[in-house]
Amino acid sequence: MSKDINIKIVDREGEVHALTAPTDMGMNIMELCKSYELPVEGVCGGMAMCASCHCYIKSNHQLEEKSFDEQAMLDEANDVRENSRLGCQIPIADNLEGLIIELAPEQIDDSNDW
Amino acid sequence: MIQTDIIIVGAGPVGLFTVFEAGLLKLRCHLIDALPIPGGQCAEIYPKKPIYDIPAYPEILAGELIDNLMKQIAPFKPGFTLGEPAVDLEKTEDGQFIVRTKQGTEHKAPIVAIAGGLGVFVPRRPKIDNLQNFEEKGIAYFVKNPEFYKDEKVVISGGGDSALDWAIYMAEDHAADVTLIHRSQNFRAHPDSVQKAMDLAAAGKLNLHLDSEVYKLNGNGVLKNVTLKQKEGDDITIDTNHWLPLFGLTPKLGPIANWGLEIEKNAIVVDNTLDYSTNIDGVFAIGDVNTYPGKLKLILCGFHEATLMVQSAFKRIYPDKKNVLKYTTVNGVQGFEE
Repeated sequence: MSKDINIKIVDREGEVHALTAPTDMGMNIMELCKSYELPVEGVCGGMAMCASCHCYIKSNHQLEEKSFDEQAMLDEANDVRENSRLGCQIPIADNLEGLIIELAPEQIDDSNDW
Repeated sequence: MIQTDIIIVGAGPVGLFTVFEAGLLKLRCHLIDALPIPGGQCAEIYPKKPIYDIPAYPEILAGELIDNLMKQIAPFKPGFTLGEPAVDLEKTEDGQFIVRTKQGTEHKAPIVAIAGGLGVFVPRRPKIDNLQNFEEKGIAYFVKNPEFYKDEKVVISGGGDSALDWAIYMAEDHAADVTLIHRSQNFRAHPDSVQKAMDLAAAGKLNLHLDSEVYKLNGNGVLKNVTLKQKEGDDITIDTNHWLPLFGLTPKLGPIANWGLEIEKNAIVVDNTLDYSTNIDGVFAIGDVNTYPGKLKLILCGFHEATLMVQSAFKRIYPDKKNVLKYTTVNGVQGFEE
């Protein structure tokens, strides 16, 4: 059994959640947040198609480069910064020990245009 | 007024399969969907993505799954109201329901099955302070009628297929002057479309601004110009009465949220896992749109939910009529004549 790692998630109210994340369950950051019932929708299921798991990397970890799909999605999302990533595209692995992530603002759409 | 046995709100895989299971019980169905094609997310969002957890299909493309379902339900002659979001649910005095679409099409049935998935797909709006001041007054998120832009000066934003396709269409000899703005150098759109846009730009028929985004809107009552900031270089202001931010679609529960159903975390709460009935007698919720303890959002689970749901639907429509579970292997599929 491989060991768990520690990841901190800062939610949209600024509260810090210290989470234990398994590295052997094929999970990503979006799924980790959902499994702890943090307010991450993950509506597209992890296909980099909705940006509901948009987050900012706050620690100095070297992550894998963004895929074309992830970059393309971020190119059309709101509140994008230099350190923006999609949580669903970050697999949980040993190298993420101590990772700190902040959830990006929710894409609120209160219009009634359907 | 369209009359049927079961109104199915949502024509995704679960809504479609409901037609089959209802048909085996001689119940007729009519499907309503906001999208102009059947298949829901599978058809609209990821038709070319493979699915690996449909029993007996080691791998099937989402689009193929929908094609197969359409073939499977064809004998039961379902009705379709497509391209029209269902907006109202009304109970009638005779214990039935009327579901009305935004366009005003009315459907009546004793049973409503909501298979709405993630809800309706709405355009992703950019975050600009005074955006709402110009919606429908220069800003549109869909091209409803391309003729409207004939010989006009048009600015389009986005890097997906819809942005590229419309930019190309309009630049090719439709609008007087077309500008395409995209935040990076990468495009989500089909590579052929990207090449076409580049060719049009090289030929001077399309103004292209990459690594740029619109961040300011100006006008008095109607849009007069848009200002873009660039990754490098000064802001640019472009005079235009038409800005089309085409940043793709994002799902939201939509009008269903106002139907008096119990909602929890953007899903409809069902009382039980026997028939997925909601707090409104005669209204069921199946597939990704519902929630209950142990819920898994899988197409496969939605098929199961649909199958159980129609049994209760039958009993509600024909409380005194006997029916038994029929095996298709024994009886074949007895479709409807018309």
